[in-house]
Amino acid sequence: MDVVFLIAAATLRVATPLILCAMGGLLSERSGIIDVGLEGKMLMAAFFSAAVAAVTHSAWWGVAAGIAAAEAMALLHGLACITYRGNQVVSGVALNILASGLTIVWGNAWFQRGGQTPALEGQGERLMPLFFPRAGDSILVYAALLSVPVTWWVITRTRFGLRLRAVGEMPLAVDTAGISVPWLRYRAVLLCGLLAGLAGSYIAIAQNAGFTRDMTAGQGFIALAAVIFGKWRPFPALGACLMFGLLDAVAIRLQGVRVAGIEVPVQLIQALPYLLTVFLLAGFIGRAVAPRAIGLPYEKEH
Amino acid sequence: MRSRRPLPAWAEIVLLPLVNIALAFITVGIIVRIIGVDPLRALELLVVGAFGSPESIGYTLYYATNFIFTGLAVSVAFHGGLFNIGGEGQAYIGGLGCGLAVLALDRYLPIWLMIPVGIAAAALFGAAWAAVPAWLQAWRGSHIVITTIMFNFVAAALMVYLMVNVLIAPGSMTPQSRNFEPSAFMPAMGGNALNLSLVLALVCCVGVWGFLWHTPWGYALRTMGHNPEAAVYAGTDLRRMTMLGMCLSGALAGMVGVNELLGVHHRIVLDFPAGYGFAGIAVSLMGRNHPFGIVLAALLFGALQQGGAELSFDIPTINREMVVVIQGLVILFSGALVNLPRPWLQALLALRRS
Amino acid sequence: MTAAIELERIDKSFGSVHAVRGVSLSIEKGAITGIIGENGAGKSTLMSILYGLYHADAGAIRVDGKPVRMEGPHDAIAQGIGMVHQHFMLIDSFTVLENVVLGAEGGALLARGTAAARAELERLSRDYGLTVDPDALVSELSVGEQQRVEILKVLFRGARILILDEPSAVLTPQETDRLFRILATLKERGVTIVLITHKLREIMAATDCVYVMRQGQMVAERATAETHPEELAELMVGRKVRLQLDKTPPQAGEVRLGAEHLGLVDRRGVRLLDDINLELRAGEIVGIAGVSGNGQTELLQVLSGIRPPSSGTLTVCGRTVDAGHPGDPAEMRDLGLAHVPEDRLRQGMVAAFRASETSILGYHEQPQFSRNFLLRLQAVGAYCARLMERFDVRPRVPGLRSSSFSGGNQQKLVLAREMAQEPKVLLVGQPTRGVDIGAIEFIHRELVKSRDAGCAVLVVSVELDEILSLADRILVMFAGRIVGEVAGGADERTLGLMMAGAKAA
Repeated sequence: MDVVFLIAAATLRVATPLILCAMGGLLSERSGIIDVGLEGKMLMAAFFSAAVAAVTHSAWWGVAAGIAAAEAMALLHGLACITYRGNQVVSGVALNILASGLTIVWGNAWFQRGGQTPALEGQGERLMPLFFPRAGDSILVYAALLSVPVTWWVITRTRFGLRLRAVGEMPLAVDTAGISVPWLRYRAVLLCGLLAGLAGSYIAIAQNAGFTRDMTAGQGFIALAAVIFGKWRPFPALGACLMFGLLDAVAIRLQGVRVAGIEVPVQLIQALPYLLTVFLLAGFIGRAVAPRAIGLPYEKEH
Repeated sequence: MRSRRPLPAWAEIVLLPLVNIALAFITVGIIVRIIGVDPLRALELLVVGAFGSPESIGYTLYYATNFIFTGLAVSVAFHGGLFNIGGEGQAYIGGLGCGLAVLALDRYLPIWLMIPVGIAAAALFGAAWAAVPAWLQAWRGSHIVITTIMFNFVAAALMVYLMVNVLIAPGSMTPQSRNFEPSAFMPAMGGNALNLSLVLALVCCVGVWGFLWHTPWGYALRTMGHNPEAAVYAGTDLRRMTMLGMCLSGALAGMVGVNELLGVHHRIVLDFPAGYGFAGIAVSLMGRNHPFGIVLAALLFGALQQGGAELSFDIPTINREMVVVIQGLVILFSGALVNLPRPWLQALLALRRS
Repeated sequence: MTAAIELERIDKSFGSVHAVRGVSLSIEKGAITGIIGENGAGKSTLMSILYGLYHADAGAIRVDGKPVRMEGPHDAIAQGIGMVHQHFMLIDSFTVLENVVLGAEGGALLARGTAAARAELERLSRDYGLTVDPDALVSELSVGEQQRVEILKVLFRGARILILDEPSAVLTPQETDRLFRILATLKERGVTIVLITHKLREIMAATDCVYVMRQGQMVAERATAETHPEELAELMVGRKVRLQLDKTPPQAGEVRLGAEHLGLVDRRGVRLLDDINLELRAGEIVGIAGVSGNGQTELLQVLSGIRPPSSGTLTVCGRTVDAGHPGDPAEMRDLGLAHVPEDRLRQGMVAAFRASETSILGYHEQPQFSRNFLLRLQAVGAYCARLMERFDVRPRVPGLRSSSFSGGNQQKLVLAREMAQEPKVLLVGQPTRGVDIGAIEFIHRELVKSRDAGCAVLVVSVELDEILSLADRILVMFAGRIVGEVAGGADERTLGLMMAGAKAA
């Protein structure tokens, strides 16, 4: 029983940043803006939240800074994709690379620790578990779980959600209805930044105790995979995040275990989220239909 | 955004990219200034670091070789309307193929056979790694951007597994294969990392240019890239063309393995793709998807890499990652914000005319 | 009576194209006003300016006597103006209700607004006869039903002025009749209607007054009751309209192309082509008449090998194609079939390519253009120059980007490419769409020349005049079937009835 609890807790710990990022990525993509840059947003948020938390000795200021950093990246992405109609994939890739470098450059310049931030001490500087000390359930874990029904509700039950879905399918229809396409998409992108910022802050000041280089380690891409795996819908995406989290949680435990006489390599389990997404996209496990207008810059005929 | 008319040809091909790069550098300058370093001094050190001595030029060219390969890879796919983000993985697996061929045959073949076999193996494996996402796009409609990104991660996981469990040299503490025999050493040019792979890269440039604009398949590929419906009308099999474009692309990316493993490391190591695959996107964009432009852009990136390394030695506050920042900014301005300077340039040109 | 809308000296250019030249008109409240003109006369641009989609370069707009500035569609909607576009602005994956409320949701939370909308929709449906199921997905509706949703959208926002842009372009004749009954009902309730069309029939049947536009200018205003089709046609085109070509009678030879029980069903099970039987002989021009959207596009796709048939067989110069043995465009070309596609920009050429590259599209692997794996670029350039000379394509610069040529010259280039192959069978879709008058005559003469040289020519066109002047035999398509065949000199009324599905011959 203890083992089950530990695995469940580990699953949640790993899945939390994935869930937050996936909700953010989902909102962005439903509006038609591809977001390959979730990784970069999380990384910037992780760095800034850890840096500010270390300097101000306050975890909450850290979270605020993390969100601000991710929003700055999101704004850049929005500017490139929406206002300047640039290539959305390239923008995401660029921001990832930028984040990867900037975090180390600034980290080194400010703290001289080769990119790391000073370790954060306990209560105050970190976000501590609320109810189960061994489970690490800081408030952000609950925020992540809450974000799923909230996202679902926003998408399906609000005016903003209806328009968001519309602009991802056919921006022209939205435009001729007199609604501003850019403003809608900017809001989606900024919401994505908020959630990615929370995810990054979580990694640095709740899950761990400070920033280390490239600490997001591809989780932004796994979140993207979860969005696709969940067919751009909140609850299925949550399921995907939990599944990926579970895989990660048991990966270490499975090391050395033999399945049908073959030792399961840990790298295979690490690669499973990506392989599964590819299988899904190949149509071997159902079909994933993206929002129709995704990736296409919208041009007004002026 | 008012005018959507393109600028005159010379402005599109030369001026706009230069302005984009300039903007990237100005931004870097600002960042450098925030850290407390004089941007102009940093720039000077960068340029000297890249070109100041035969040794540094050698390194610049060695880095540029990799950028040429990945830049060509992205551009070939792009001409077919395909976005190949999988350069990292294809370079990795290409290197694997090259290394495997060498490990199997380096004791038996003379250098003038071993090297070509290694090159062929790199091309084959790189092409194969690109073929799967290509097949999925062509026959199952899976978005190639997503699949190639996923495959990068799968490649990394695969390589770690192989290096740690299968290919590791006996008695070695780090995951790397045994050393290659000299028959697999790509001849060096100058004393350091620069090797004949540069010549291979330039040959590939000519080959890509010839293929795209002087063969019927290149013509069909470009047709598909511009206008898939017209390609169907013209009798092109879109699926086969997708496979062809992506496999060529993957083969080119795989050449990075030749430069790294046969030219420098002389054994299979981990992490040698080191961001070249992603940077290839920038190189291709900056080079306007044309081999000539790609060579220039690759030189720039090579200089940045080498100069940036030297810079981080000279000024401790700036570390190696500054190069990564510059790369990111160049991709951002040349790729994503490419339309940013347009209105200003158009206004400028209009002023000149009046 | 104050006019509902007045447009005064509206002027608009797109780059070098002067689309609207100082047009003034006034739309009477509660009447149905028609604006008629050919393709490119400026009617749609003018209405788009009224609706706020474009900004006029000069001129004024007054609604109910008050000057207004239309910054965007929201201004037009606020003024009670609604537009039903030719290409529907509907989201396929949404329901009818969701499409209608988009932009007028009635609050930040959907629940209350949609309940009210549902009630309002029901009222509108009853009052105006626009019955649609509010919870149906748009993707599952017929074209006529989708158009009704567009009208409902507009009425839902309280529009009292309705602009309809070529509404019958995609409707079957029955749906068109239904539409005009709806318009009559709307008029009874005091709605002002503006009808943009190029069909004389509709103007005469439905409007109270009509404006004629030609090449961006307003050339005439008439009360419908006081004019007649010939006068309007003349005003539209600017000269006495009778496109009669000098044609010798056809010398029909062997059968080059034969279709037997050809059928095409799409993924959703919709029958696009239904039991098509036709024969195309050397030395004759067969015209396929019909309203756009009745299977002509699909027929061309199957005949040219782009799409395999679902059932039946197609025989081209000896090769038989059916569902089990599909052909492909390359193979068809090898057999001697050439194809000028309906949409030249989307299918027939690559805008970014040079003219020389466009001139070998589809033929780039022929030995005259490529040898030993290399393209013979010089030969290609010379070939293009020859084509341009023979077909009077201007400017005569093979190195110029294809997009830089005017529509007429692009079409001539595509036609030149296909005809230069001296094909045994020539399929031509909409040969003069977007082409200026001078080029039209040239193209028609070339098609007849090709026929006289022994080619089997199939012309698909929505312009009945063109079919009548070119074809030796006319086949009429309706709802995916061939509903009639008549000889070349048939009268318009018979054809019109067949195109309307009202008569089979």
